Amino acid sequence: MDIALKVWRQKNSQTPGKMVDYKLSDISPDMSFLEMFDVLNEDLSHKGEEPVAFDHDCREGICGSCSMYINGRPHGPQTGTTTCQLHMRSFNDGDTIVVEPWRARAFPVLKDLIVDRDAFDRIVQAGGYVSVNTGSAPDANEILIPREVADEAMDAAQCIGCGACVAACKNASAMLFVAAKVSHLAVLPQGQAEHQLRAERMVAQMDAEGFGACSFTGACSVECPKSISLDHIARLNREYLGAKLASNNV
Amino acid sequence: MSWVTTTLSSTLGRKVVMSLTGLFLCSFLIVHLVGNLQLFKGDEGRAFNEYSYFMTHNPIIKTISYLLYSSIIVHALMALVLTRHNQASRPVKYAYAKPEANSPWTSRNMGILGTIILVFIIIHMRTFWYTMHFGPVVLNGETITAGSIPQVTYDGEPIKDLYAVTVFAFSYLWYVALYVVSMIALSFHLVHGFQSGFQTLGLRHKKYSPLIEFLGTYGFGIVIPALFAAMPVYIYLKAHHILF
Repeated sequence: MDIALKVWRQKNSQTPGKMVDYKLSDISPDMSFLEMFDVLNEDLSHKGEEPVAFDHDCREGICGSCSMYINGRPHGPQTGTTTCQLHMRSFNDGDTIVVEPWRARAFPVLKDLIVDRDAFDRIVQAGGYVSVNTGSAPDANEILIPREVADEAMDAAQCIGCGACVAACKNASAMLFVAAKVSHLAVLPQGQAEHQLRAERMVAQMDAEGFGACSFTGACSVECPKSISLDHIARLNREYLGAKLASNNV
Repeated sequence: MSWVTTTLSSTLGRKVVMSLTGLFLCSFLIVHLVGNLQLFKGDEGRAFNEYSYFMTHNPIIKTISYLLYSSIIVHALMALVLTRHNQASRPVKYAYAKPEANSPWTSRNMGILGTIILVFIIIHMRTFWYTMHFGPVVLNGETITAGSIPQVTYDGEPIKDLYAVTVFAFSYLWYVALYVVSMIALSFHLVHGFQSGFQTLGLRHKKYSPLIEFLGTYGFGIVIPALFAAMPVYIYLKAHHILF
């Protein structure tokens, strides 16, 4: 396959970037999108040019590193997949592919296609945990949890923190991410002790990071590689409103 | 800051304000529609005029009307605040974005649709609300002009003839077209807005969400705007002796 690429190149967060054109030939349709970038970087290195910097780690769709905005959509044209799970057979010979980093005030570009997603870590640090005693492991089945509840929690816990929800949202809102992180603990008995404080603190941190508000367009859920449902955003709204009205945190 | 101001200045709290004012305005639309359906009664406007008299003289209705005016203003201002915040959340735009691949057009253009509706509300209130409350009264025998209101006598009691103002306004084709276009904007606004209001309040449930979606799409998205749009069209056709 012959592929034309338009890739965002930016030296560092202080320097303005621009789109740069590249041409690639003899690309195998069985290559993953990241392998195609490996070929490009190999070419650039041979020519003595700076390779394109991009985030990647597991290359099997579970780490959430490979943040690329491909042809106007996070992680490219497929739904329910990350960039590393996207293959060149999803494109046609002679296609022009536009690749940009996530765009959000809370995700500043560090270099080329790499953005700083520490904002997500700070949101989780604000309350996305349960406090437990260390020591010996509790007995199995000590706390009974219905199967549907466990499934609901697991659906939310699938979030890999890739940031596609923010990238897809017209408001660069992190609501689906925060909802997933609040929801997977809110439905379980282990999460009850801190559930009010969690919702309040995580939303406050989300706002402090400069993410937008939710317009309920549904773009986040469509583009989420784990297809996390908008039900969780409704639960976050419920948790937050309930906490604001009923918690003792004045 | 107290917990109230903290809540109301958070993005979620602001969306709740949007939701509550928006859903209140939706409930108003039902009342407004049912009242205005009197226009279709073939009694030369008597039922409509008596309804208008009731709406402008009942103390409870008058109190609720202030809540209504403030809801419109708060809904519009809060939308402006949120839109500015949302735009600032993405200072560098994408060179190539394909939003139509993942979200409906209405959900991405609520601000534009809302602005059309706000302009419509201002024009609509100038034509009817202002004329009803402050317009000069036309004396018997004089012809009606824009912004003035005649009187009509029922059972010996003279009351303002808002029906005549309505017939006069909707005898102009451009004015009818303005209403129809605005109702199309309202339809698109409500198809997304009604359901979103419940989502923002966290009211989402396997049993009830399909009903909310149905009401939002067919009730508020089609039936209500269509009936509102039918009023100017019907009066225009009647005034020009076409069809009716």
